Amino acid sequence: MDIPYTVHNRPDTGIYNAKLGIWLFLASEVMLFGGLFSAYVLLRAGAEPGMWPHGWLDVRLGTINTLLLALSAITTLLAWAACKVREFGKFKFFHGCTILLALTFLGIKSYEYHDKFIHYEIALNDGTFVDGHLKEKSADFDLKKKTGTVTLHGRVVQDRKELMDLRMPAAQAAVLEEHVIQAADIKKMQNYGPWHNTFTAIYFTMTGLHALHILGGTLVIFYLWGPGSRMWKTDPERFTNRIEVSGLFWHFVDLVWIFLFPVMYLT
Amino acid sequence: MSETEKPVTLQSYIRLCTVIFIVVMCAVGSMIGTSFAHIGEGWTAKVAIILAIAAVNAFLVAGYLMHLLSEKKLIYTVLTFTVIFVIGLFGLTLWAMTDFPVGTATH
Amino acid sequence: MQANVQQFPPFREPGAAHGHDDHGHEHHEPGFWTKYIFSSDHKVIGIQYGITALTFLLFGFFLMLLMRWQIAHPTQPVPFLGPLLEKMLGPMAAGGAISADLYNAFGAMHGTIMVFLGVVPLAFAAFGNYVVPLMIGAPDMTFPRINMASYHAFFLGGVVMFVSFFIPGGAAQAGWTSYSPLATTIPTNGQAFWLVGMVLLITSSLLGAVNFIATIIQLRAPGMTWMRLPWFVWAQFVTAFILLLAFPPLEAAGVLQLMDNALGTSFFLPTGLAVAGKVGEASGGGSPLLWQHLFWFLGHPEVYVLILPAMGVVAEIVANNTRKPLWGYKSLVYSVLAVGFLSFIVWAHHMYMTGMGQRIATFFQATTMIISIPSVIILTCLLLSLWGGSIRINTPMLFALGFLPMFGIGGLTGLPLGLAAADLYLHDTYYVIAHFHYVVAPGTIFALFAGIYFWFPKMTGRKMNEFWGRVHFWCSFVFMNLVFMPMFAQGIKGMIRRMSDGGVNYSAARVPGAIDTLPGSIMELNTWILWAAIALGIAQIPFIINLFWSIKHGEKVGTNPWQATTLDWHTPTPPPHGNFPQEPHVVRGPYEYNAPGFEGGFAPQAEFPAAGQGHAQPAHH
Repeated sequence: MDIPYTVHNRPDTGIYNAKLGIWLFLASEVMLFGGLFSAYVLLRAGAEPGMWPHGWLDVRLGTINTLLLALSAITTLLAWAACKVREFGKFKFFHGCTILLALTFLGIKSYEYHDKFIHYEIALNDGTFVDGHLKEKSADFDLKKKTGTVTLHGRVVQDRKELMDLRMPAAQAAVLEEHVIQAADIKKMQNYGPWHNTFTAIYFTMTGLHALHILGGTLVIFYLWGPGSRMWKTDPERFTNRIEVSGLFWHFVDLVWIFLFPVMYLT
Repeated sequence: MSETEKPVTLQSYIRLCTVIFIVVMCAVGSMIGTSFAHIGEGWTAKVAIILAIAAVNAFLVAGYLMHLLSEKKLIYTVLTFTVIFVIGLFGLTLWAMTDFPVGTATH
Repeated sequence: MQANVQQFPPFREPGAAHGHDDHGHEHHEPGFWTKYIFSSDHKVIGIQYGITALTFLLFGFFLMLLMRWQIAHPTQPVPFLGPLLEKMLGPMAAGGAISADLYNAFGAMHGTIMVFLGVVPLAFAAFGNYVVPLMIGAPDMTFPRINMASYHAFFLGGVVMFVSFFIPGGAAQAGWTSYSPLATTIPTNGQAFWLVGMVLLITSSLLGAVNFIATIIQLRAPGMTWMRLPWFVWAQFVTAFILLLAFPPLEAAGVLQLMDNALGTSFFLPTGLAVAGKVGEASGGGSPLLWQHLFWFLGHPEVYVLILPAMGVVAEIVANNTRKPLWGYKSLVYSVLAVGFLSFIVWAHHMYMTGMGQRIATFFQATTMIISIPSVIILTCLLLSLWGGSIRINTPMLFALGFLPMFGIGGLTGLPLGLAAADLYLHDTYYVIAHFHYVVAPGTIFALFAGIYFWFPKMTGRKMNEFWGRVHFWCSFVFMNLVFMPMFAQGIKGMIRRMSDGGVNYSAARVPGAIDTLPGSIMELNTWILWAAIALGIAQIPFIINLFWSIKHGEKVGTNPWQATTLDWHTPTPPPHGNFPQEPHVVRGPYEYNAPGFEGGFAPQAEFPAAGQGHAQPAHH
């Protein structure tokens, strides 16, 4: 006996196997991201007053990425629709667009990550903080030996709290300039990696996990677009199902970003 | 999808997608607007509005792009339980973390 | 024949491409690697899971023996194995004795291995994979290659867990619950291994769960309506949903803790956390309680993952050997669904000690008491099924009968732990250990032994030896109770679990005259338990020999040695690739053991119309 309902719907459930499979998988993904979003809310609610960052991420880049993903969700649907009406050329075009959009998304995301990794907060021995992007480290810079200098493009604040809400008028009005700091003056120097505080931690974890989903989805779509599309000649119905199922995954990934964007960038 | 479905044209999908994309763009725009506007004290009111708009966005993607609006009962059943459990996970954890024994100090 | 199939299209789809890659019929004899390692056949995968899980069970048991030695004879070198331990594990086992760190590692890994690498893979993945498709009349699982990937992820997870013993610093030492911040502050990479291993195991169970649910929903044979499913399938169905939806939050938590361990984040580390008297570098702001919530959101449903498949096995064996239908089939079905649902909202009864308020504690006490109702209904139905039956006693039935009182003890002793007032006293004592081991060890594991003896003839065409099976049962039964019963007494007297010295520092002998110390009679039980545990280990030898010996030399039997009604016994033995030579048409419920018009007095669930026989018989409902 062969496995039934790989292509056609089972009469009493009205769906084929893979579609049930992907929805079950997505249900599990809902629980996964549900757990992470719950963690986010609880960490944010439990943060010390005034210590939860606002406005740390570039809204322009986030918006562009949001629109890229929305557009890719649409090309995914159109790619499936093209298969449905048996227009293989248009399928190739639409899913080609999906792949390009996804790669652009990942590119922008990596730029944003890089931007955080070269962003330093330096606590000085006199109790003030220098915060800004790394311009240059002198060749002999060594924190332990206390030699050399480091140059940041940013600002100096008296209280760490001032660095938290960048939407405040005071932060908006701040003038950024170059600061050259002696290693001997530095108490602690740390970039905005996941270890910096709870916000960067959850930001990197959630967007990182989301980016992994994007990467996985892109690989699957690329396979179906390239070598996997040979199935079109032998079994177009089954191939269309595959496009639908992978599309459902892709839309879910978009759905996650729809919440990640406001939660991370806008609030 | 199934062989039982009505025949479709690519054009109808393109029309649908254009409408959805425009609505999504407007929604994203209004989220950003809300984020930078001065509404209420602090972030609470803004967060509520922004999340409400995000929910509209999510509804569009799930409802139309994932055709959840015309899905089978089986899928609805699975997702209903999933949503109940997510709410349980979040809600009960939140409750547990904000409920303290009577007579003890809280935040 | 037509009457049975009219609501379904032909099983073989006319439009489907044949020989598609998911399930191609191989006409050439597959080689060793394709046949046994990279097989996508659900039966091979089931056996792979079974063998791996049994191996891990034995390994986990062995860790426990070492721990029991340490508890009974703290700091004394382990006899015979001491030098070997020192050679393999280095300074952690200096002088052949088990150090406190090594004891902690063994404790954490014993729990992890028994739960995630032993019982769940055996109960859910092994039996589920082998039996469920056969029972519902399916040719295979829905996604055979995903099934294979599930086993490989599981195996890899097992390897990662196992390897962690041998890294510098040793395996994870924060208990199978891995509470933060302890799990992050212990200076070993074992915890990172544990987390990576868990992520692999969660991936494996996710793939398995998707497969099981899709198979049960989509691949039921014509006529196999929901209320005709054998109850075992229902139990596996609910278990799969629990795995699907309860595991991901732990995966989320695992990722967060991995970030804490590897990248220095502070998801679960509070502000100002001091380790060894020094405030650490971590940024702080995290919540240790959050880990506990995310962990127990899986942790409690996991208990039902351990028990439901076992109950399913017992139900099949009880129905088969009482020669009558299960008592209250519908109650059983609704109860298992209720248990599955409720298991998601009871988790915080593991956390009464975390200072939660009375309101939320009341909520979780209420749900905990409510979930005991369907559990008791299930047990009662199984017990009442014995009433008035002409019971056949054989090894599987003995183990199934042993399960009922053992699970009863385990379940009922859990009630005091579900009530905050009693739990505050009993929490973290040996009472808890006794309670959940009664559920899982003489409970679930007995049911799994029953299943192995029961389905062994299906896998091999031979029965396991009955005499040695009974020896195995009676010895296991006696020694299990001798191991776990004394722990209730120890726990009620206040002996705390996870003490590497077995409570010596709290004993009356060490601190004479102090209030509420552990008396000598309680401390002495440690020695009793050690010997009972060793005897329990010896009692497994007949089983191990029997298992391998019977593959070649057991008594040869036909396809249906137990005269069972369910579909799994109406295929060739062992079932070929694709399971059923003809498409089965299910015409009646699963337990028609009272059918006078039929040969042998029982009515098989399905007919095979193409074979041209059987369908003339009247259906008895």
